[in-house]
Amino acid sequence: MKLISNLFIPLLVLVVILYGAKKKINVYDSFVDGAKEGLPMVLNMFPPLLAMIFGINIFTNSGLINEVFTFLKPLFLLIHVPLEILPIAVMRPLSGSFGLALLNDMFTTYGADNYLSIMASIIQGSSDTTLYIITLYFGTIGIKKIKYALWAGLLADLATVILSLIIVPLFF
Amino acid sequence: MINKLWIFFIVVGSLYLIFNGKADVLNSQILSSGKTTLDLIIQIFPLLAIWLGIMNIAKQSGLLEKASNFISPFLSKIFPEIPKGHESLGLISSNIIANLFGLGNAATPFGLKAMESLQKLNKEKETASRSMITFLVINTCGVTLVPTTIISLRMMHDSTDPTSIVVPCIIVSFVSLIIGLIIDRLFARRYK
Repeated sequence: MKLISNLFIPLLVLVVILYGAKKKINVYDSFVDGAKEGLPMVLNMFPPLLAMIFGINIFTNSGLINEVFTFLKPLFLLIHVPLEILPIAVMRPLSGSFGLALLNDMFTTYGADNYLSIMASIIQGSSDTTLYIITLYFGTIGIKKIKYALWAGLLADLATVILSLIIVPLFF
Repeated sequence: MINKLWIFFIVVGSLYLIFNGKADVLNSQILSSGKTTLDLIIQIFPLLAIWLGIMNIAKQSGLLEKASNFISPFLSKIFPEIPKGHESLGLISSNIIANLFGLGNAATPFGLKAMESLQKLNKEKETASRSMITFLVINTCGVTLVPTTIISLRMMHDSTDPTSIVVPCIIVSFVSLIIGLIIDRLFARRYK
């Protein structure tokens, strides 16, 4: 698996360049023209990302989240969801780096092979940062009305958490 | 939607910090977010430029179109609005494949190009099209065969079997992808 993963990029690059050479296009010029698009793209990317990181950082570092978790604790104990995975389940869609930091905390506290750590790993590994992806992709191409995109993304994230709660006990 | 969420994040976070006497934390958050964003952009930019270069070769040589013909029967079920053989299908499949192999950095440029290409098909330029949202849902489900970051984090913390999470991860992300696509389809019908 690791070998396939390591060979994927070099092989892809090689295939693309050889195919271009076979079709007799100027691959060098073509590469330069393509790379040129990078700068306007990051320039379009910067403002929406800045706005989102600005808002998310204030919110995630305010400490309010901890209060919310303390408040929700009895409810989660009632439906037999381990409370320890709650922070990662809630924060994962909002911030990738925050999720990873939480995972690192859990590994340090409980050890990497702990049941809760494994469950948190699987939640983190089977989803992506919904809010970041929406901001990055839609922001870069100038979409302002996102319609139901956020709801669809967040519901899929909720599905990931519920599935993890069901599937992890079957494996560990 | 994003507008309301943004106001909520900032107002609620700020007020909470101020009432807890942590105005200094708020100050540093406000001042540092520009640098955090710039660091992120600087990380993305070089790889983005390289992949845009490679992708342009694939596009001009016709390889992208060929690849899209190969997988379009499958993708056209998920994206009924994209015309057959359109370049966005090739870009979408490249993004999905790069994500599958855990190459998030390589997947992003494909994803951005795919979105640009979907924007060309979009009639209202400021409103997300149905195909765009479907593509977004596929990406937010984080379908991957090798969750590399987590495996390396587990190795760092001396896990006895760092890759034991791989199979459950694949199952969870694939099933959640299917659920995500169903949810997306239900929303799309309601919004018609």
